[in-house]
This record gives sequence, structure tokens and C-alpha cells, in this order.
Amino acid sequence: MAKQPAAVVGVGQTHHRAKREDVSMAGLCREAIDRALLDANLTLDDIDAIVVGKAPDLFEGVMMPELFLADALGAAGKPLLRVHTAGSVGGSTAIVAASLVQAGVHRRVLTVAFEKQSESNAMWALSVPLPFNMPVHAGAGGYFAPHVRSYIRRSGAPNHVGAIVAAKDRQNALKNPYAHLKNPDTTVESVLASQMLWDPIRYDETCPSSDGACALVIVDEDTAAASPNPAWIHGTVMRSEATTAAERDQVNPQASRDAAAALWKQAGITNPVEEIDAAEIYVPFSWFEPMWLESLGFAEANGGGWRLTESGATAMDGRLPVNCSGGVLSSNPIGASGMLRFGEAALQVRGAAGEHQVDGARRALGHAYGGGSQFFAMWVVGSEKPSN
Amino acid sequence: MFYFRTMTRTLSAPVTVAFDYTRSTGPVLGRFLTGLRDGQVVGGRTSDGSVVVPPPEFDPVTHDPVTEFVDVAPTGTVTSWTWVPEPVAGQPFDRPFAWALVRLDGADAPFLHALDVSSPDQVSTGMRVQVRWAEERIGAITDIACFEPEDGGDGGFETVASATSSTTDTEVEVRGAPATSPDTTVPVTGVVTPVSLDYLYAASPEESAFYRGLNEGRIVGQRCPTCQKVYVPPRSACPADGTPTAEEVEVSQTGTITTFCIVNVPFLGQKIVPPYVSAYVLLDGADIAVLHLILGVDAAEVRMGMRVRAVWKPREEWTYSLENIDHFEPTGDPDADFDTYRHHL
Repeated sequence: MAKQPAAVVGVGQTHHRAKREDVSMAGLCREAIDRALLDANLTLDDIDAIVVGKAPDLFEGVMMPELFLADALGAAGKPLLRVHTAGSVGGSTAIVAASLVQAGVHRRVLTVAFEKQSESNAMWALSVPLPFNMPVHAGAGGYFAPHVRSYIRRSGAPNHVGAIVAAKDRQNALKNPYAHLKNPDTTVESVLASQMLWDPIRYDETCPSSDGACALVIVDEDTAAASPNPAWIHGTVMRSEATTAAERDQVNPQASRDAAAALWKQAGITNPVEEIDAAEIYVPFSWFEPMWLESLGFAEANGGGWRLTESGATAMDGRLPVNCSGGVLSSNPIGASGMLRFGEAALQVRGAAGEHQVDGARRALGHAYGGGSQFFAMWVVGSEKPSN
Repeated sequence: MFYFRTMTRTLSAPVTVAFDYTRSTGPVLGRFLTGLRDGQVVGGRTSDGSVVVPPPEFDPVTHDPVTEFVDVAPTGTVTSWTWVPEPVAGQPFDRPFAWALVRLDGADAPFLHALDVSSPDQVSTGMRVQVRWAEERIGAITDIACFEPEDGGDGGFETVASATSSTTDTEVEVRGAPATSPDTTVPVTGVVTPVSLDYLYAASPEESAFYRGLNEGRIVGQRCPTCQKVYVPPRSACPADGTPTAEEVEVSQTGTITTFCIVNVPFLGQKIVPPYVSAYVLLDGADIAVLHLILGVDAAEVRMGMRVRAVWKPREEWTYSLENIDHFEPTGDPDADFDTYRHHL
């Protein structure tokens, strides 16, 4: 049976900051939710179901957010679900919400994802020593840096490509009123001059640690008729893979390639780099832009990605603008980062991205990954109702 | 500390995950905690006119933020209770006590806290109780040490009639406060909530064999009978095809650095002083790399493809851990050809 059409009619996010000490977790979520509902011209009473996502539990020491947030999320008397896929959770949460509408189960679903990183220490949470093992883990940067090194070696990428991405995303963030980092002086040169943290990853090539939330209102065709600019969902995909299989490709994981292939097929896209007008790709460390460009099929494997980035194609005015919002490199409330990518893609095709709008964007990609490059969540949204 | 389970010969060890999480209270719970610090219980008025303690952040009907605060009395009536005959760590008392739902005078909804009585015979629904304040109040729920029978305390409290207070940031009036408190001019905006989880980390039988091998100076993996890949450490089942692995394979103590990271960043809980090289070492005879430390070479000299060997700690320091290998160091042999390890990246 065919899926029911579904569209994003409301996008809300908080002002992302290192510390949002002015609000509780509930208040943080409501800030995003209230903006999304206002955008959708709906109220909590209009919502049929709520889907919540957050980062892994140690990241802020909350194990069952659905329990203590039910009241604040307006979930009394309604289904409330929680989704959990590490860093990709924001994307997966949006997809679960979309699937409730696409399945015809609910007509108007609210989804929210959040993170209060300031209440914990993600580096600590990712590096808790386990008995019997060598305590050489060093946070997300320590995990991903060796794989970035592998990419550089496999692709023959020049040293400065990561810095191009970091400088671009930080400049893009200046156009996004919600972005955490606002560093107008960031240039390729300043990034290259910044401290080497997890060699080969420099300080300015890493994401910040942010407090923030994002919420989306996803509705059926009838409800979307009232919206002046729905972002229609053209395709959604999630894929997972084992973290530790022998000879697993950590640079270009099978699950990522499979997810992208399935996504383009669902969305009726045969040439992604030509047919996608804006992409919001989960890039927590700058080198992941060229890595994911290749894995997603925007460029040839083992070198096409960095060439695309180096050519300027991923800049705001390029052939494939990537992370016009400033991306994860400029705002990283981990639990919400994936949903921000999905929401920013929706803003682009709704013509609602403000200063970081890509003129005439008709189809956009939202992308998230999590764990040890183990979970992938992606969607394509478009300004027109899908024909498939 | 390590334990053997004699039946299965699996290894286990205790592990504690502990962190002092901080919580931003937001304006509503902050107001409640500020009140506690200042010796005043504060409720919130919801859209149906009810006074709820602690105040909910958002109205259950309108979903709007709760902005009307009401001072309630430190006295009230037990609406329900349960007896705790054997308190556990972290509870308000180390002696038997009651958990009670108390509807404070001036409030419409009950509030859960400990009730200090010595036997269940001394507690009943409908009994009158009063707050016993903590000696030092800091703006936390524990500022209320407990409830106690109304005529059983020191009687230092006056009953306060329900009164609506301002919603602005003016200082909350302190009533009947038994002790001086911290700076009462600054509202409470955050609390610290220490969390400590104690686990018994249990290694699988296959991993236990690996760790026992390390206790004998050997590195033992297992071969998957389906894909023939040798896993170090061994898994109970091959992650690629799900086949149980059984055949033990001792692998070489020499291998190739596939890829690595130089850790320059210090962080909470770090066990090794930076900078250090954290590297994937593909041991000869294994099909998956292990993560370990590289020493005996300047970090800037470490290369993908570098040949390294295990350097063990003195035997008397061996336990059942990958830490028995202190680090890996270069063998001095020529680097491995990229094609020999590129499919391990």
C-alpha cells in the first residue's frame, strides 16, 4: 500500500548556546515547540501524537525524558514515543514522526529533539573506561580522527580541505540567527593555524558543545492544504550496521551507501548533485563534508568529495550548497543536531530560511549519522507534492 | 578487582559511572527552590485555580507557562503513605520511615516527601504534619529534611494562610526560617544532581578467554567458521554473519598501524597524559585491528603502515586486561605496503 503524503508545516528551534542556563530541559523543548507550532499555525491541542529524541543518556544524565517531559510536551492523553539512535537520533526521530503520518495512523504529529550538553560532559560520557580494556578512547574526536586520516590517505586530499569546510560553515552561520558560533574572522588560514586537538583534526575543525532543541510539525495532505509553504517529504531512509565487523569500511560505510541509494530511488532522483538544491549534512568534524559527499553519491568515491568542496561547489552560491545554516560545525546540541539538519532542509524548500536561503530551492537533503558511523537517517523534502 | 565465576569461567569486574550533573531549573522550579532555600514552600496556580506544589512548569490544560506563584503553609495533611522498613542508600533516612503524600495547607494537590516517624503505627491518612527544615538550606528539595507530626517538632512555625505572591523577582519573604541561609538576594537557577551507577561488568566467555590469554602473555582470537575472519578480541558471534565463533587462534604480537590519532586534548576522566598516539594495530594473523597506545617513537614520526610490536608490562603486574600490554613500539622494519591494510580502514 502506498504511503500517505506528509509534509513539514512547522519548524522551530532554540537559540543554540554553550549554556542555556535560563531554561530547564522542558523549557528548552517548549521554546522550539512553541516556535514550530506558531509556524504551523497550530496549537498543542491540534496535535495527535508526539515523538521525542535525545542524545545517549550519559550525555546529560537523563534516561527517560518521556517520563518527566510528558506534561511540558503536552502529551497528556496522547501517544508519546521516544527514539534513540545516538547522534543520528534527531533525524531518526523526525522519520518516526513522519512515518506515523505516512502510515495514516495520525494526521498531525509533533516531534522534538534536544540536548543540554552544558549539564554534563560529552567527552567524559564517550570515554568512560571499561574493565579489561585499554583506556585510549578520547571522545568523539578521538574516535573519528583515525578515520579522517584514512580518508585523507585513500583520497589523496590536500591538507586544507577540512579548513575550507570549517571556514565556509562558520561564515554561513553568520546568516543564521539561531547559530551558536558567530566567528566572523574565521578563514581557511585561521582554521589551519588553530590548535591540533586530535591530529589530524584541528580545534576549528570541530563542532562546539551546545544547548538547544529543534521541533517539527509533520502533517497529512488535508492539514498541509492550509499551509502556504509545506515541505513535502519525498523520501525517508534509516540504515544501521555493526560497529566492529572485520574489514568494515569506516570511511564510506556500507549502511551509508545503501541508505543513500534507497533514498534517491524513493525520491525519484537519478543525479543527486544536479537535482538537490541544498543539502544539510551531519558534519561534526569538517572532513566529514567531503567524506559524506562521496558516500551520498554527490561525488565519486576516494577523491570526488574533496574536489567538489575545494572547487567551491558546496558554498552558499555553489552548485550544491551544503550546510547553509552553519551546520553542526556551528551549532551542536547533539540530540537535536540531526533534526536541525532535517528542519533546515525543510526551511530551504519552504523558502523560509531567511538570510541563508538558497534562491529557488525546490528539493533539499537532510542527513544525520550516529554512533561509530553506525546509524544513518536521511530525508529528501521538496516544495512540490511528490508524484510517486 | 576481578572475579571469576567458577561455573562459566567468565570474568567480571565492578565499574562505577559517576558524574555530578547540573540542572538549570528554569523560572518555575527555580522559584520553588528559591522559596525552599528561604524557608518558604511555594506552589503554582494552574488554570483551573488549583495550587500545585511543586509548581508545574507548564499548565496541564492550557500548556502555557505557569506564572502565578502562591506561598503555602509548611503544615499539611497526609493523604496517603507507605512504609519503608529497609531504607537504601541515598534515601532521606538510614532508619525506617514513611513516604507520605502531604497536601500542604493552601495547596490543592499533594506533595511527596519523607515523614519521620519510628513505626507505621504512628502514621495515618489524615494526620497533621509539618515541615522540618534542613539545618543548612541551599535551594534543593532536601532543604525540607522531612515532614514530622505537627505537634512532634519544635513548634517553631506559624501556619501561613494561602497568599498570592508577586511573580517578579522580588525577594521571597522568609517565614519561620530556623537557620540563616545563603545569599537570599540571588534566585536559585540551578542544582547539582550527582549520579553514580555501580555495575558489574561481565565479559562474555569468548572475551574472558582473550583476557585469560593476556594473563599468560598470549593474544588469542577466534576464527569465524563462515567468513574465516579472525576476531581479536573474539566475539560471541561474528558481527558480519552472526555465526558463533569457536576456533581459538593465537595471533602475532607484531602488527601494522592501520590508522591513528594523536590525542592532544585533556579531558575529564582521562587515564593517559596527552599528547599520546591512539592507534589501530592490525596484528599479523588477525582480521580486525585493536586500539592501543604507541610509544617509543616521537608522535610526529608515527605513520600509517608502521610495523609495531607489543611491549608487555612486567609479569608481576599482569591482570586479566589488555592493559597487560603497556604499549606498542616500532619494530624498525620497513612499513607495510598500503594495499596490505587498505581494506581495514
